[in-house]
Amino acid sequence: MAGYVRFREDLCKGCELCVYVCPPRIIYLDRDYTNRKGYHPVRIDEMEKCTGCAHCARMCPDSVITVERE
Amino acid sequence: MAIVYQKTKGLTDAELHYCPGCTHGIVHKLVGETLEELDVLGKAVGVAPVGCAVFAYDYFNCDMQEAAHGRAPAVATGIKRVLPQHVVFTYQGDGDLAAIGIAEAVHSAMRGEKITVIFVNNAIYGMTGGQMAPTTLVGQKATTAPLGRDPGHYGSPIRMSEMLATIDGAAYIERVMVTTPASVMKAKRSIKKAFELQIAGLGFTMIEVLSTCPTNWGLTPVESLEWVKENMLPVFPLGVYRDVTKEEA
Repeated sequence: MAGYVRFREDLCKGCELCVYVCPPRIIYLDRDYTNRKGYHPVRIDEMEKCTGCAHCARMCPDSVITVERE
Repeated sequence: MAIVYQKTKGLTDAELHYCPGCTHGIVHKLVGETLEELDVLGKAVGVAPVGCAVFAYDYFNCDMQEAAHGRAPAVATGIKRVLPQHVVFTYQGDGDLAAIGIAEAVHSAMRGEKITVIFVNNAIYGMTGGQMAPTTLVGQKATTAPLGRDPGHYGSPIRMSEMLATIDGAAYIERVMVTTPASVMKAKRSIKKAFELQIAGLGFTMIEVLSTCPTNWGLTPVESLEWVKENMLPVFPLGVYRDVTKEEA
């Protein structure tokens, strides 16, 4: 099953709760970029590994994450 | 592609002011999702506390009322009695509910007020800078207990769920946590049940949510989740402490 995750990165506070709960471990903190709030937001490069389980979205305190699944 | 998770309509577009990784945001989402799923956003009234969640009135997408410190259950009592068809809830922290507002919480339960209390317990005063709360663990450091809470001097942490479960007017009392996706989903089912029992008119309902305070605990958000499991769970065990629907059956 393939999933697709979108981040509203300007709302991200870089708390890494999503990084901690992601089963395939594909979410990481982008330390080369700073968002409008002044935090390093999270990012996914290997989206093809996403299963669309939405663990990240459930744990995100700031409703940054939208998850889609085929 | 179908959307499997998106921001609930139960919350407004306002950006939360909470510290990074604070689980207040998760609990807000669960309450918002519950109100949306029960289709009661149009007739829900929330009462905001004093403390970290004081701006909750900007975040929930329903009518909101701010209360004086600890008085949210008293204000909710008035709202529910005037508008009995509405769904009324309070959202309170441990400093608000278990310290200054303990009388209002206990007496609302005693009167069997048909409201739902969301009690967010993170064992410390967050907004004011990490002072000792009634729920602070023995040995836990706080700005007003720099050597850790000494039970001989300050007493031991108060367990609100166990205490309120002894009151006849309480219909549903449960303690949950939000440290993993599974426990978050469990917490949501519990919050939903509490609202359903309120709508059924069975009495006072409270869900205590073990929460984190990474800033004042001096831990990262992820370390804080582990801290809840290792240190808070033995003192504040999860479970249903009162459920009148089970007792009647």
